[in-house]
Amino acid sequence: MTAMCDVAFLLLTFFMLTSNFTRKEPVLVATPSSVSEIKIPETNIMTVLVDPTGKVYFGIDGQDKRELLIEKMAATYKVTLTPEERKRFSLLDLFGNPMYAMKAFLNLAPDVRDLPQNNMGIPTDSTDNQFKQWVKLAREVNPDLRIAIKADEKTPFPVIKKVMKSLQELDENRYNLITKLETTPGR
Amino acid sequence: MADVSQDSGSHKKGGKKRSKKLPTRIDFTPMVDLGFLLITFFMLATSLIKPQTMEITMPSDKKVEDVDKAVAKASQAVTLILGKNDKVFYYFGKTEGAQVIETNYAADGLRKILLEKNFNIAKQVEDLKSEKIKTHMNEDVFQKKLGEIKANKNAPVVRIMATDDSNYRNLVDALDEMNICSISRYAIVDIDEQDLQLIRDKNI
Repeated sequence: MTAMCDVAFLLLTFFMLTSNFTRKEPVLVATPSSVSEIKIPETNIMTVLVDPTGKVYFGIDGQDKRELLIEKMAATYKVTLTPEERKRFSLLDLFGNPMYAMKAFLNLAPDVRDLPQNNMGIPTDSTDNQFKQWVKLAREVNPDLRIAIKADEKTPFPVIKKVMKSLQELDENRYNLITKLETTPGR
Repeated sequence: MADVSQDSGSHKKGGKKRSKKLPTRIDFTPMVDLGFLLITFFMLATSLIKPQTMEITMPSDKKVEDVDKAVAKASQAVTLILGKNDKVFYYFGKTEGAQVIETNYAADGLRKILLEKNFNIAKQVEDLKSEKIKTHMNEDVFQKKLGEIKANKNAPVVRIMATDDSNYRNLVDALDEMNICSISRYAIVDIDEQDLQLIRDKNI
């Protein structure tokens, strides 16, 4: 019976050493499959998440970079945030709210933050393209960022088009589309 | 395993008095329970799989020098229009007077057409891949040779136009086909009125 105990601890050690914690996402997205086998980079990555309803979420990695980013955004949109709120922001992997709702959002309890009614998505229309601003400032904060777009299979194309257009206007022409691996080519 | 017991007997040697040790039994089951709990936690909270990406490069918004812009021969131009409900239409050559044909994303649909059009290059890429396996080619050398094959001037050029009714999956599937059929040059372009007109009747 000691053998079973040993196996259990070996498995535990294996999992502790080889895996890494998954990022918590506001919405669960089913990405389409592709035969591409290029792996996603782990650092210096800017994630744009688009859910099936068309809401856009944005996030970068690196807590200190996030703090810098929110400071710049707050200055641009004239929103005052306390250091405590900025700290809370830097702990979020992804967020999807327009700037005017940011202060209220950061003051919500963590378990209600992911509810759909509290996430309105980042505006991408040409009158108020906050998304473009986020990308621009994120690029200033970290010039080595690589852009990765993660969208659901059923996301309607016009939303993606707006995102790609905003990126094109900022001269961001290289980006990655996150997909899951297709086991056999063809359905 | 559940218990460990110490030796309960002790020999009396030489008549010296030894205190009688009581057998102690320690139950280790809780430790194993904790072990399994931790395993379950790690299995659920972490992930071993890294999601894959597709790299795409879009054409720049700025004006490109005419010298660099490769002129696409009408005979080599393929236009794909992504419609709604997973329909895809294609035509060869210029937009005026084009014959639009409907197809789908299955292996016998779009892929068949593209492989036929791109036959020479696709065959060369296949040969290169089998050569790579046989001769254990270096990855950089493989990429360089792949680039050379794809730089062929007679390669078909594909334009992908997605209508507003299509979804992201259609776009990724179309890009995937580019990859599978080894199409060297492709671009995602905005759809215009002429092309919309072409598929208007069929895209219901």
